Amino acid sequence: MATTISLRIEFGGGLELLFSNERRHTITIPSVVPSDNNTKPPLDPSSNEVETKLADVEYLIYHLRDHLLQERAELFMENNTVRPGILVLINDTDWELEGEGEYVLKDNDEIVFISTLHGG
Amino acid sequence: MAPKACALCQNAKAILKRPKTGQQICKDCFFYVFETEIHNTIMQANLFSRGDRVAIGASGGKDSTVLAYVLKTLNERYDYGLDLFLLSIDEGITGYRDDSLETVKRNQQQYSMPLKILSYDELYGWTMDRIVSQIGKKNNCTFCGVFRRQALDRGAAMLQYDIAETVLMNIMRGDIARLGRCTSIVTQGEDTIKRSKPFKYAYEKEIVMYAYFKKLDYFSTECIYSPDAYRGHARTFLKDLEAARPSAIIDIIHSGEAFEVREEIKATQKIQQTCKRCGYMSSNDLCKACTLLEGLERGMAASGITDRARKRLDAEGPAPENLRTIPFYQPPSGSPTVVVEATA
Repeated sequence: MATTISLRIEFGGGLELLFSNERRHTITIPSVVPSDNNTKPPLDPSSNEVETKLADVEYLIYHLRDHLLQERAELFMENNTVRPGILVLINDTDWELEGEGEYVLKDNDEIVFISTLHGG
Repeated sequence: MAPKACALCQNAKAILKRPKTGQQICKDCFFYVFETEIHNTIMQANLFSRGDRVAIGASGGKDSTVLAYVLKTLNERYDYGLDLFLLSIDEGITGYRDDSLETVKRNQQQYSMPLKILSYDELYGWTMDRIVSQIGKKNNCTFCGVFRRQALDRGAAMLQYDIAETVLMNIMRGDIARLGRCTSIVTQGEDTIKRSKPFKYAYEKEIVMYAYFKKLDYFSTECIYSPDAYRGHARTFLKDLEAARPSAIIDIIHSGEAFEVREEIKATQKIQQTCKRCGYMSSNDLCKACTLLEGLERGMAASGITDRARKRLDAEGPAPENLRTIPFYQPPSGSPTVVVEATA
């Protein structure tokens, strides 16, 4: 099993303004991550002290906040998930059909975040 | 998770969970039900008649972009016989409206529809940039909202509010008397302009998903002057409510419709008349836009906002003869013009 996975990320509906005004990003994340979603320390595979899980969308949200977001984290995240009013699509499917944050990411998945809060 | 089949066609892979019903449906069925429900709303409420000229208030935002696309589609599919055109208001906000107008101009090409742009500058002699430089950011949305509503009517069109937000704001402000007016799906003025809201029962999620899957081109930057506006809070509150209970928006619209205003409270609503200065519909001698414009022109902009400032203005005597006024409003005659509101 590969130790990292590559993901295509897209932001829309004004959310791109929080991410350097770029709609499309390609990122690489570890395929196994800490269960507490801590994205900061490099995971030591030999250590048994940190509880781990397969990288899921919940972890991805933390990762995007910690490593890609440029400003105003409160407009992106709230209560361990995306803020209400942000739609998430996993490979062009509503994430509500894919288990939301619990969806386990695969190499080359495309995840789209669209804000519904901007403009009328 | 195994992919689920569409609840409607039982065939294609479901891509969306509908907020209203919880149904899981595929892309083609989603397009079909979304468009058909708007068609049914239009038919049930008798929004249009064959030959109507329909102005679509186009801000470049998601709601009006989807509305223009869906109306064009339905007009062709069901042969409504409507003459559709886009109407945009240029509020004069550098770095915001000039960018979104570019989106509207692309929509004009994409949908091959005529476009009319009417500016605050030509109508009122003031851009929002100038208004904000005089009054600051605190009450500028009051000016913009009042001016836009008249500008759209004057260009035979609509205002760009989301109806659930408007209802919610009126409840939050205790503005009971306005509730009945803002939930009515067709508001017939005393003239021949009808305002209609075919999106009344569509959810914001579905509007955004529709725009995404149809790859519609819309503009989504927040107005640079709006962060302090009251509507911002109502909107965030609505989203939190919706997260806890997906049907929250429809429930609020229903409660607005079911709200009955007691006769004695209705009596405090003023009778509609026409503005003595510009001829527009008004509850007072002067319409709100004329009141606000007079305050701006006389250097006392707050007089349109607070009673205390109004008294100070009145104490300075009547409006000068050469005061700038809004061109006299001529209600349309002949074939009716319908204005369409993009409401979520």
